[in-house]
Amino acid sequence: MKSIFRPALTLLLVLTVITGVIYPLVVTGIAQVAFPAQANGSLIKRHGRLIGSRLIGQPFSAPRYFWSRPSASSPQPYNGLDSGGSNLGPLNPALIAAVKARIAALRAADPGNHAPIPVDLVTASGSGLDPDISLAAAYYQAGRVARARGLSVAEVRELIAAHARGGELGVLGDPRVNVLELNLALDTMK
Amino acid sequence: MTAQSWGLLALFLAVTLLAVKPLGLYMARVMEGEPVAGLGAGARLEALIYRFCGIDPAGQMGWKRYAIALLVFNALGALLLYALQRAQYWLPLNPQHFAGPPPDSAFNTAVSFITNTNWQSYTPETTMSYLTQMAGLAVQNFLSAATGIVVAIALIRGLARHSARTIGNFWVDLTRVTLYVLLPIAMVLALVLVSQGVIQNFSRYKTVNLLQPVTYQQPRVNAAGQPLASASGAPLMRTVTTRTQTLPMGPVASQEAIKELGTNGGGFFNANSAHPYENPNALTNLLEMLAIALIPAALTYTFGHMVGDTRQGWAVLAAMVIMFVGLYAVCNHSEQRGNPQLAALGVDQLPSSQQSGGNMEGKEVRFGIAGSTLFATIATTTSTGAVNSMHDSYMPLGGMVPLFDMMLGEVVFGGVGSGLYSMLIFAIIGVFIAGLMIGRTPEYLGKKIEAFEMKMSAVAILVMPFIVLMGTAVAVSLAAGRAGTANPGAHGFSEILYAFTSAGNNNGSAFAGISADTAFYNTALGIVMWLGRFWPIVAVLAIAGSLAAKKRIPVSAGTMPTHGPTFIALLIGTVLLVGALTFVPALALGPIAEHLMLWSH
Repeated sequence: MKSIFRPALTLLLVLTVITGVIYPLVVTGIAQVAFPAQANGSLIKRHGRLIGSRLIGQPFSAPRYFWSRPSASSPQPYNGLDSGGSNLGPLNPALIAAVKARIAALRAADPGNHAPIPVDLVTASGSGLDPDISLAAAYYQAGRVARARGLSVAEVRELIAAHARGGELGVLGDPRVNVLELNLALDTMK
Repeated sequence: MTAQSWGLLALFLAVTLLAVKPLGLYMARVMEGEPVAGLGAGARLEALIYRFCGIDPAGQMGWKRYAIALLVFNALGALLLYALQRAQYWLPLNPQHFAGPPPDSAFNTAVSFITNTNWQSYTPETTMSYLTQMAGLAVQNFLSAATGIVVAIALIRGLARHSARTIGNFWVDLTRVTLYVLLPIAMVLALVLVSQGVIQNFSRYKTVNLLQPVTYQQPRVNAAGQPLASASGAPLMRTVTTRTQTLPMGPVASQEAIKELGTNGGGFFNANSAHPYENPNALTNLLEMLAIALIPAALTYTFGHMVGDTRQGWAVLAAMVIMFVGLYAVCNHSEQRGNPQLAALGVDQLPSSQQSGGNMEGKEVRFGIAGSTLFATIATTTSTGAVNSMHDSYMPLGGMVPLFDMMLGEVVFGGVGSGLYSMLIFAIIGVFIAGLMIGRTPEYLGKKIEAFEMKMSAVAILVMPFIVLMGTAVAVSLAAGRAGTANPGAHGFSEILYAFTSAGNNNGSAFAGISADTAFYNTALGIVMWLGRFWPIVAVLAIAGSLAAKKRIPVSAGTMPTHGPTFIALLIGTVLLVGALTFVPALALGPIAEHLMLWSH
């Protein structure tokens, strides 16, 4: 048995050092030199203050901002320490009730808008931190944002188009805009 | 299905298939012990390791010794991982000062990562220190993957060798796979992921200022931390406003790379590959899917090359690809169709140039329906179990596909190594059934399939359904089991069935609404994961040893070819028949019942 026990234990320790210490340290070292912004969280700084990450969504409820997707994290939406989805099944009455409430909130903030609401705007994301909304969801909100800021709808739609992403290699990535970047751009306009 | 959904599938399969031959050949070279060009420094390191560990690299093992070495190595790994978690509070690289998880959770996690399952009953970003993640969990991402691969290689040797008493050297196989296959690919992938935004640091968690403060309700608690309730029993809430958001940090990319490459699937964060810091865009999503498929697909070529007939490997791969396309199509169609109850509320779920549409509950906009369902299919046909969307919120049939993928025994690509060895067991069963039909002694690759091989194959195949169905039955019979479900009705049953299917197949994905961090689920699923992993492995090694000892029979007119379309159809038929016969009754109680209820509204 000793002829098996000794190699098992020593090999376990050696491979732990190689794959569990040396490997992540080497990756960290190269990453911090070659891609420091990405490796540290793609953080956005304004006037010396950290105001978010390009990759992590934030909640918005004011009419003058584009709203992000609903977030299932608790206790507050977009809680960075509680990533995850609602895990509500498609038949669950709680899901239907939540969607109804979200529709009501969107309609109340924009009474004249009777267009169908894009699905991503009334469903919770998988991460609870989704930084994007679909292009459809952005255009749906353009009228409300324009009114709240005294801009023309055309200006807001132009801004959305300028921030549109998706369709890499023809099949990658769905049409979308980054909500935080879009709202930061709005704030510099007006 | 949209054109984009087909296009993404085509791109994914094309890149995977292009990599099969070069990587398969490379792995064959590595496993046959040949010196590998460009890795001279590796050879010196390898020799040093063997000397330090007292390993004779020339020594060959019979199947029993190989199996014992594997079991001892993995048992020690489980003990070390358990100890590391429990002691993390006193160890370095714990900037958030997390205490060690309690015993039942630490036991579950240790077994989970040793067995390549990576079921996670804990919330990583508020539980595990950086040291536990990188020197514990990520290490087992490498070693459990290597363990799976070496078992597949041992079975291939059993088929390739004849009149032999040995099937290889476990220590050497494990070391070479880790050093020459897993490490270099993981290193490159990790750096590419960082370049796209996956984080890699050892900082404390960052606090950022929100653009718009958020106001929310929070339960009021007394001095002891217990929630307070009003006289009528309703919880008392208070209104809180926060101006900040806390962003978790850590060495994510290095773990993310091996998490996918080794078909492990344990996320650095709770949201797993849905988390933007694990999977920031559509390109990383594609790379992570490719990393999952790469080694399981290429091992079919390694197999063909080592048994001296590459057509044998292509036949197995063809059967896998055909089943994969079918499973993806069902899942994608179901999700793209959307939820009729939301359609009734006037929600726009139609795909257009401005949105992917479909059922977006639990999905990320940057992946849409195509990138979510393809990821779900590749992560559950393999033993990965990573998720970039929440399967619990899939439509009934869309969610049944990941469940059924696992129930097939994860042989469509399958886990690294475990997919190939399980598929070869199905091939043995397939030729046995065909042999019965035409009244000949079954043989596979010149080896007679006899009573011992069939007994062991039956053990290897039947353990999984047995522990999955028994586990589910026990859980739904006990209050402790039923207490975990988050959704009412048939969907709640699906959550329990999914949990045991995931554990029994060492997958690790979940219908994640289930509250599995309880003593009951941590213990029950821990036992199921261990049996689901090592019982079949011992049976497979026994078959390898028995086949290696046999003489090779020359091909004759009566030999059934095992590389043509007939065999591919036979193999697919065997897999589907065993999977369907075993699990359709259980599926009828869960997703199928739910589907009928939804569309009859």
